[in-house]
Amino acid sequence: MSVRHALLALLSEGPKYGLQLRQEFEASTGDVWPLNIGQVYTTLQRLERDGLVESDGSAGERPQNAFRITRAGEQELTAWLRAPTDMTAPPRDELVIKILSALRVPGVDVQDVVQAHRRYLVELMQQWTRLKEDEAEFDLSLALVVDAELFRLDSLVRWLDSASGRLKRASVEPPAKSPAPLFRRRLVVRR
Amino acid sequence: MSFLELRKVSKRYGEGGAEVLAVREVDLSVEAGELVAVMGPSGSGKSTLLSIAGTLEDPTSGEVSVGGAPVSAMSRNEKARLRRRSIGFVFQDFNLLAGLTAAENVSLPLELDGTPAKKARVAAMTALASLDIAERASHYPDQLSGGERQRVAIARAIVGNRRLLLADEPSGALDSLNGDAVMRLILAACKRGVAAVIVTHDAQLASWADKVVFIRDGQVVDQTVPPPSPESLLAQSPAKR
Repeated sequence: MSVRHALLALLSEGPKYGLQLRQEFEASTGDVWPLNIGQVYTTLQRLERDGLVESDGSAGERPQNAFRITRAGEQELTAWLRAPTDMTAPPRDELVIKILSALRVPGVDVQDVVQAHRRYLVELMQQWTRLKEDEAEFDLSLALVVDAELFRLDSLVRWLDSASGRLKRASVEPPAKSPAPLFRRRLVVRR
Repeated sequence: MSFLELRKVSKRYGEGGAEVLAVREVDLSVEAGELVAVMGPSGSGKSTLLSIAGTLEDPTSGEVSVGGAPVSAMSRNEKARLRRRSIGFVFQDFNLLAGLTAAENVSLPLELDGTPAKKARVAAMTALASLDIAERASHYPDQLSGGERQRVAIARAIVGNRRLLLADEPSGALDSLNGDAVMRLILAACKRGVAAVIVTHDAQLASWADKVVFIRDGQVVDQTVPPPSPESLLAQSPAKR
């Protein structure tokens, strides 16, 4: 998460103080991501060093310092908004590694492992969904954050469902000679 | 006793080599006011389970009771009356009758049960109004959007004094915002004391439920524990982890 750019976005509305930035950042993420005031000032110092913001006084933790975005800061912000987030390299997802590892461990029912993770994810989704129940109290920022989290968790559940289907099919077909082709094939990723 | 109870319910189709055990010794109880989701892949037996819970099919073995009354002791007519009066169904493809208006679709189950047409019409309008769709009452299904059709289907399922709502993939092909709207309506029915069961393969839909039961190869393999309050998510946010 780029706190740096999130702060630039808040400053693009006009000059603001450190404490104010912290409050607005938290409110704008539906209070899902709290931010340490020390982190706010450290980030502001770096932004000032890089010429992306400027302040009234000398940069520091003085609460009376108001910060404003510079021309360079505005350009940096606009470029960042449209720059694609790097998704080319598959992340080393611990969940995926656990399921792959479970295939190798004698005496472990992989379907049970899949189900343990599926249940945990659905329980987590139930908690996020509770936040959606009262539409009237559901502000836009929180709604966007909750949706993002639900879609992320949902994609993991779908992957588990598909893994479960593949495992079931593989269990009725003759076992592949070890090592399985899946492990031998190299996935080439363009970076 | 729970409003809906399934005890060791099994369902077998075919015989000999062609025999399929679609549902195996399933126990399920749903309290009045509770929303339970049954989640499983296609072919896991979840729709069969819903048909048995709704008395549309008889189990091969086991016992079902609705509102404390064992279904096995009921005649065909008694089961049909129970379905007309106490059970509402919502299907993925809505199943509205194309030749009837929205209001007529909703009042039909009451009229079939002997409610005078005028009284049935008033109840239908009340149900449509509670789903914010009263102004579309005189439209035919093909004049309604997918979301509106699903609202009418839900109105038909809760009209009168239905106590049990059974839904098969209730958000069908609707997008996620309309899906949320459908689940809010079902949840609102539960808040009025209706017991509801939805079967789905969709985790986002299932996560609206108080309890999620996982079914695989006709068997209940797991279920969620009641979730803690969502406030814990806000306190335990990624930045602090």
